[in-house]
Amino acid sequence: MKSKYDVVVVGAGPGGSITAKTCAEAGLDVLLIEKRQEIGDPVRCAEGVAKEALISHIQPDKRWIAAEVKGSKIIAPDGTQIKMSEEDSGGKAGYTLERKVFDRALAQQAAMAGAEVMVKTRATGLLRNNGFITGINAMYMGETNEIKADIVIGADGIESKVGRWGGIDTSLKLEDIDTCAQFLVSNIEAGEYSKFFIGKKYTPGGYVWIFPKGPHTANVGLGILGSKCGNIRPITLLENFMKTYLPQGKIIEIVVGGVPVGGPIKQTVADGLILVGDAARQSDPLTGGGIINAMDAGKIAAEVCIKAKEKGDYSVRTLNEYEDRWRATIGTQLSKSLKVKNLLVKLSDEQLNQLAHSLVEIDTSKMPLPKVLPILFKKNPKLLWELRTLFI
Amino acid sequence: MSVNVNRYKCGYCGACVGVCPVGALELVETWIEVDNTCTSCGVCAKICPVGALVVIK
Repeated sequence: MKSKYDVVVVGAGPGGSITAKTCAEAGLDVLLIEKRQEIGDPVRCAEGVAKEALISHIQPDKRWIAAEVKGSKIIAPDGTQIKMSEEDSGGKAGYTLERKVFDRALAQQAAMAGAEVMVKTRATGLLRNNGFITGINAMYMGETNEIKADIVIGADGIESKVGRWGGIDTSLKLEDIDTCAQFLVSNIEAGEYSKFFIGKKYTPGGYVWIFPKGPHTANVGLGILGSKCGNIRPITLLENFMKTYLPQGKIIEIVVGGVPVGGPIKQTVADGLILVGDAARQSDPLTGGGIINAMDAGKIAAEVCIKAKEKGDYSVRTLNEYEDRWRATIGTQLSKSLKVKNLLVKLSDEQLNQLAHSLVEIDTSKMPLPKVLPILFKKNPKLLWELRTLFI
Repeated sequence: MSVNVNRYKCGYCGACVGVCPVGALELVETWIEVDNTCTSCGVCAKICPVGALVVIK
């Protein structure tokens, strides 16, 4: 470990590792730290990802692809099924990842590109000089060291502290978080589609997912919107779901976690600081998906770091380019998804059935969700009137 | 004022850390630490996926 780096990245998830790798490839001095002793484990993710988006970041490798899926099936409370997101060719449209292996592969790529990596190393605070963030305090094996850096990347996930230490309020309100539980279930027919069960019948303000991880195993999980959970625990609801719908299923892993679903936050950069991924609350409010957004944001953050290094300016004046670029791309999508989510959670199960029925005669199987939504709106203008600004 | 974390239930996911309005919680590998800034507001206990947190008033 050196005492000074160009960039220190806190958190070796997909967002952090892509940032570290991209910076290192450009010749920057990079340190990537991970507080856990094992990168990628324990998993806190449903592991579903769209093929095309992922391929733009990394060459697929069967070591971290648990299963390929044809597309998605949305299942309404009355059982009506809507197929979506299949490939034109009939090929596989999505992957269920093995995050334990995937996250390691990404960190390894960062390492091979020249980044230093430290595991079991936890950021405990920020260093400051003249109002600028100039590094971190990091604890490794019970000892705390100062590590100086021109830019600190906070890629420290749902439990991010880096932003808060840097003066950015990233605390999530109850309506900004989905609280989730998931079982890796074996002894079932997992099928070829990622399945999404919507409606209060299954879970309040979220959905139940079944993502195949092999012919006979799947990630089966559910999320509850924090503001709707009352005294209901996701783990209890999931146990009940299993009893009713997958009684033969055998649970071989338990996963729990929170997903930011509040849409874009106001600020993600400060002098000498950039937030990336779940730490920047960049996961999608409707789907909860965050891997690709984190990787996209990590790429942008790194490109901005490289420019900042060339200029020798690490103030928000230069780092704001990150803010502008992620908001114009990821941010726009988050805002749309937030509007749709906010409406959907208000609908009754009967209304959700009505929406599903309106699509029965249309072949949506090759359409991604953003293409299906305008059709839904056209067919159900009254029910979805709140969303008119998105489609008119 | 504080919260009690049942370590036999906790899945160390960090959701509670994300919602704490005062930043009183920290996830350290497999356990949650609570510092003395906790106000016993109870937001963490409400969203815990497994119900591992209990507010002490």
